[in-house]
Amino acid sequence: MSLLEEELGAEAEESKGAAATSPAALTAFRRGASGVMVPILTAVIAFIAGGLVVLATGHNPISTYTSIFNGTGLNWLFPWVTGSERATAAGNLQQTLLQATSLILVGLAVAFAFRAGMFNIGGQGQYTVGLIIAVWIGSSFAGMPSLLHIVFAIVAAALAGAVWAGIAGVLKAATGANEVISTIMLNWIAIWLGVYCFQLGGPLQNPHMHSTPVSSNVVAGAKLPVFWGSASLQGLDVGIFIALALAVVFSLLINRTRLGYEARTVGFNPDAARYAGINVGRTWIRVMLICGAFAGVAAALDVLGWKFNLFTNDIQTSQWGFYGIAVALLGRNTAGGTVAAAVLFGALLTGTSDRNIHLSVDPTLIEYLTFMIEGIIILLVSTDVITLRLLKGGRQLRVALKRRRSEQAGASHGGAS
Amino acid sequence: MPGSSPPALELRGITKKFGSIVANDRVDFDVVPGEVHALLGENGAGKSTLMSVLYGLYKPDAGEILVDGRPVEISSPSAAIGLGIGMVHQHFMLVRVMTVAENIVLGQEPSRRGVLDLKAARARVRELSDRYGLAVDPDARIEDITVGAEQRVEILKALYRNARILVLDEPTAVLTAQEVRELTGVLNRLKEDGTAIVFISHKLGEVLEVANRITVLRRGKKVDTVPREGATERSLARLVVGRDVMLSVDKTPCEPEGPLLEVRDLHVRDDRALEKVSGLSLSVRAGEIVALAGVDGNGQQELVDAISGMRAPESGAVAIDGREIAGEGVQAATDAGVAHIAEDRQLRGLVLPFTLAENLALREYRSPELSGRGWLRLGHMKERAEKLLAEFDVRGGGPETYAAALSGGNQQKVAVAREIASNPKVLIAHQPTRGLDVGAIEFVHRRLIAERDRGRAVLLVSLEYEEVRALADRILVIYEGKIVGEFPPDASEEELGIAMTGGTAEPAEVAP
Repeated sequence: MSLLEEELGAEAEESKGAAATSPAALTAFRRGASGVMVPILTAVIAFIAGGLVVLATGHNPISTYTSIFNGTGLNWLFPWVTGSERATAAGNLQQTLLQATSLILVGLAVAFAFRAGMFNIGGQGQYTVGLIIAVWIGSSFAGMPSLLHIVFAIVAAALAGAVWAGIAGVLKAATGANEVISTIMLNWIAIWLGVYCFQLGGPLQNPHMHSTPVSSNVVAGAKLPVFWGSASLQGLDVGIFIALALAVVFSLLINRTRLGYEARTVGFNPDAARYAGINVGRTWIRVMLICGAFAGVAAALDVLGWKFNLFTNDIQTSQWGFYGIAVALLGRNTAGGTVAAAVLFGALLTGTSDRNIHLSVDPTLIEYLTFMIEGIIILLVSTDVITLRLLKGGRQLRVALKRRRSEQAGASHGGAS
Repeated sequence: MPGSSPPALELRGITKKFGSIVANDRVDFDVVPGEVHALLGENGAGKSTLMSVLYGLYKPDAGEILVDGRPVEISSPSAAIGLGIGMVHQHFMLVRVMTVAENIVLGQEPSRRGVLDLKAARARVRELSDRYGLAVDPDARIEDITVGAEQRVEILKALYRNARILVLDEPTAVLTAQEVRELTGVLNRLKEDGTAIVFISHKLGEVLEVANRITVLRRGKKVDTVPREGATERSLARLVVGRDVMLSVDKTPCEPEGPLLEVRDLHVRDDRALEKVSGLSLSVRAGEIVALAGVDGNGQQELVDAISGMRAPESGAVAIDGREIAGEGVQAATDAGVAHIAEDRQLRGLVLPFTLAENLALREYRSPELSGRGWLRLGHMKERAEKLLAEFDVRGGGPETYAAALSGGNQQKVAVAREIASNPKVLIAHQPTRGLDVGAIEFVHRRLIAERDRGRAVLLVSLEYEEVRALADRILVIYEGKIVGEFPPDASEEELGIAMTGGTAEPAEVAP
């Protein structure tokens, strides 16, 4: 069949204009103003849908959301919140930001892979090996200079995460193994490795607590300094600055380096990448190494910042790496977006945690509400065509309403004269 | 018999435009029951557009369609099927894990009280296949049968839907010689039964073998309709190519120097491990354009991929200015001085969501000018893009514009600019003007000649007679992975056409 004609057809399709939803058109659209609008709208829709469920269960959505909002500590930003209320708000906000710290990094771990056209579902496993290494180094080497100890633990955890993700990268480059499958499998290996390490009689189990499956505690010198709030009440540590700095690194890496350029080329068009002489397999491996390093640092900041030890149960129930997928998706795989989405999820998690919920609100409902809002967000961002349609529909509706109003105005004028 | 009965299908004055390009220009076509009417023409001549109009995929801008003498409106493929029009596409549309019978009834399953009646389906399939000699096992899975059998399933699908007008789009492109003979037999039986058959092809020989009448399209227009009697490969080739629409480009005689590209006894396999280049040798000297002419799919893609480093050859040598690069990858080829204007700018040549500055850097982003110590020099990338966009007259955007936002012609200029800017010794231009309008074609042609005059070796791979004739200093014809003839630039179109379609005419001997 004539290729010319196919192309002519394709061009005719494109010329239909704004209705085009080709990947290229979508990307161009995303990069425009809607690039910010879509995720915000997505979050709003998710909250409204959640509110409707609250309403359907016979509760008041407004008081529920107020309670959640106050639980996040974001009310600290309001000057009229004073006294003990302000102190509580400060504590809550510290929690929100602590959560956001490592959510930023697990989000970047997923986002970087997305930019190179890969789906890193292995954030959980990369985070888990980071936890193991960080807690091991943090609880050993007592007496090491504090700064050195912290850097050592963070770098080692980053390397561990990088190796873990790198395995999936190598498998993909060498055999074509789909990274979705291999990272999921590596997640389980990491989780059971952690359980093995800290279970009763495990090689890294706390030698002073024979009957508890837990690691040793991070020594004082390896703990991250707290700069806001009390260290004994899980105040905010300097890890947030490390996370924000790495978000900047992410942005530079993806936009300004040769590696980032290669990764984006591979992500957008692997054929064009090969044609340009880019070693696609090597790019996959490098990207995965970087992804894993982000997840590893997330784990180190959690361990050295506020976790301090690990129960086997923590490792088995953690969902942290998976939150990273939601954060990256909502953040559109950009550094800024990921930071914003991480704060939103951190707030959501803190605001809906049991201890922050007002007595008048059903705690089970709140817990499920978090999952619901997350679920709706993931659903909407992965089917953003729907959100784009809504945006477009809204625009058309506004235009139509405006026209009708002006027509009515014209008609009434006509009647008056 | 044909000719006496009224046409089963008649197209009158069909015009179809895409933007400013006229794909079909007042085309008349008809086919009567019991005849095979071939539609012959080059790639891009408008054959497929015409058939897409007939099948309800495109709405014509002008003209009418008559079925059994009654004007009809065909708004969708299902409307076409309802009118008894069956289409066998070049690329089969079958569900590979399902059986033959399941595929044939798909969408029109016989059922009894809502339950699929596969027994009835099988019986009907068997009856149809017996009647027309379409030997297929209704219970075989598609993935287990041959390509020829898949095509028979497609034909059965159309017949199952009571097609009286059967359109076959390049049906022999995927078949072996034996399967072509079988298909001819099937077509004869369908003819005897009164089916009207439209046979689309660009192979002269087989058209002469199966068709009763032959209509030739060129550049969207119907050139002529001729009966098979009296037609020859030569007369058809003349109609297909047309003498009067030559594109003229000013060109001085070439003054070639030493060879820059040398390919010796090259063997290359495609993704399915089929040998597509079989012992091919050629050489291109500095300061000459060598055109590789041939029908699509005769190994051009694999040859270009092997030279540009994208595909490792099975055996043989590729040397750039004496430097051996076969199988060493794209970077080695680039470093040796190969640049490659890709056949498909959207698939390979450009990254559409990238800016023009980013796209223009693709070939040379590793150079010290564009990056250092792992960091991109974004300022330099932008400056260079500005310079190239001006030099190559790219309109519709600046360095920060996304490639997707440009028209096809301007996109192609970006791809051409990038490859030429890498200052290559050997420039491979693979279908460099595909889908471009006349102005852009002229620009690209002039540029290729200018690059030749600067002493580059240009290998032009083209399916267009006019382009080959306009640009080439020497013409090599590729057929089934081998060079089957070398022609001077003023070789007659018939000679080329016959050589390209595997004809036996002796190529004119020229001194190298």
